[in-house]
Amino acid sequence: MRNKARVFSRENFSRLAHAFTHMPPECPVSQDEYETSRGVRVQIENLHRTFGSREVLKGINLDIRPGEIFSILGPSGTGKSVLLKHLVRLQKPDAGRVLIDGIDLNLPLTETGGDTFRYSMVFQTSALFNSLTVGENVGLWLREKQIYPEKRIRRIIRDKLRLVGLGGRESMQVSDLSGGMKKRVAIARSLAMNPDLILYDEPTAELDPVTTDELARVIEELKGKVNLTTIIVSHDLSFALYLSDRVAMMHDGEVIAIGTPDEIRHSKDPLVRRFIYTTTKGLKGI
Amino acid sequence: MLARIGTIALQAAHSTGEMLALLLETLYYFKDARRNRREIVRQMSEIGIGTLPIAGMISLFIGMVLALQTGSQLALFGTQEAIGAIVGLSMAKEFGPVMTSLLVAGRVGSAMAAEVGAMQVYEEIDAMRTLEINPVRYLAMPRLLACLTVLPILAVFSFILGALGGGIVSSVNPVINVPPTVYYDNLVRAVDIWEILNGLVKATVFGAIVAQVGCYVGFKTTGGARGIGQSTTRAVVMSFLMIIIADYFLTRLMM
Repeated sequence: MRNKARVFSRENFSRLAHAFTHMPPECPVSQDEYETSRGVRVQIENLHRTFGSREVLKGINLDIRPGEIFSILGPSGTGKSVLLKHLVRLQKPDAGRVLIDGIDLNLPLTETGGDTFRYSMVFQTSALFNSLTVGENVGLWLREKQIYPEKRIRRIIRDKLRLVGLGGRESMQVSDLSGGMKKRVAIARSLAMNPDLILYDEPTAELDPVTTDELARVIEELKGKVNLTTIIVSHDLSFALYLSDRVAMMHDGEVIAIGTPDEIRHSKDPLVRRFIYTTTKGLKGI
Repeated sequence: MLARIGTIALQAAHSTGEMLALLLETLYYFKDARRNRREIVRQMSEIGIGTLPIAGMISLFIGMVLALQTGSQLALFGTQEAIGAIVGLSMAKEFGPVMTSLLVAGRVGSAMAAEVGAMQVYEEIDAMRTLEINPVRYLAMPRLLACLTVLPILAVFSFILGALGGGIVSSVNPVINVPPTVYYDNLVRAVDIWEILNGLVKATVFGAIVAQVGCYVGFKTTGGARGIGQSTTRAVVMSFLMIIIADYFLTRLMM
């Protein structure tokens, strides 16, 4: 009888009702929770991931400190973006685990007691919703969570857009934006969540040098204003070395070097040197 | 050969299971319909108002053709007065729900697959997940609810227009020559509330098929622009097939 009761539990029903997306049920966010943002510690322990016969991640170990800007560098196809997707539950590892402030992302929320942090991600393609305006994109999460009345939400949207240099563009259509503007709207959308952890996947891809500089300024300013942990995946060497507190270098699914930008610049590892002292896009050879 | 059949059977079972899981998750989120009312209304207007003119036109001509073909044969035996009942029953139980559903599947189901598919390919659904928004609630639930509401209305509209078309041909065509009052009396006598309900049940089920297939195929889209194109075709073919198969079983069940 006891077993029968367990089978028909609310928890099992909820799991069954989310069997397609495998997403946890949506939780409300209180104003207090929203207003307190802090940097979180991210620990990646022995992470493995294989697609078909190709092992994309081969035992990744990283410890990212609260509030730091951490960049993951490396050539295309080394598993950087796949690694990033593990940090926001878009991928599940074959082995190993990801801990955010000690909470294992692989465990069901019922076991961990729910997330005590918020994360957001800026995608390489920006991933804005074309059917919504710029303002609606930025305010989507706030409206879905119904944390504040509409008037306050509009103010937050205005503030976040101003922060990324797009003040007054709320009513623009996404299709009318340039690549750089889209990227900045995507950042504003992430910031509207007031996250504890923000992830950038190739933030400078398709951006011209001036917009790249503006983006670097935005991320830098954010660091001064908000104490959030930032993880950047990029193959834009100068951008990552300029912004980051620490950098990890990936090659063929493995982390081959971790250190401050200076340590990376002066690394003796031939693979690191080959990546950073390229002829056209790297630093000037020593 | 056996291995191939086995693989296909396994894939079919897997897809069926996933579609059922999607249906269950979509039904679960009906509780949040109020939150998504704007999107539901948008979908309803896109499916309903957008389809109305073409559905009306098609139904009118189907009723006319039905009356012309059947009426001329009945006239050979002098039983053409039954034309009202035949057109009425055909439109209420078969042509109304099936034709409008096929039309919606071609017009809206394909668009759903393309829209959701593009969102899948261009990481918008991943972005939605990172924003803690369940894509099934945000995308599939409003579409299913809109189809469930609009398809029966379109089926009734189609029945009325089809019956009207049949009536016009029956009275105007010199071979059939059935007065409108006789046509109407016969139609009303044959088509009772049960026959209308029969059509409404079918339209509701077909509406669910169109929305579910469109969204499922969209969610499963991979491979860029080419993948989106393939999904659009797949959604239309799957919907047509499932509607026709479901039509047979529903007809058998409600006989």
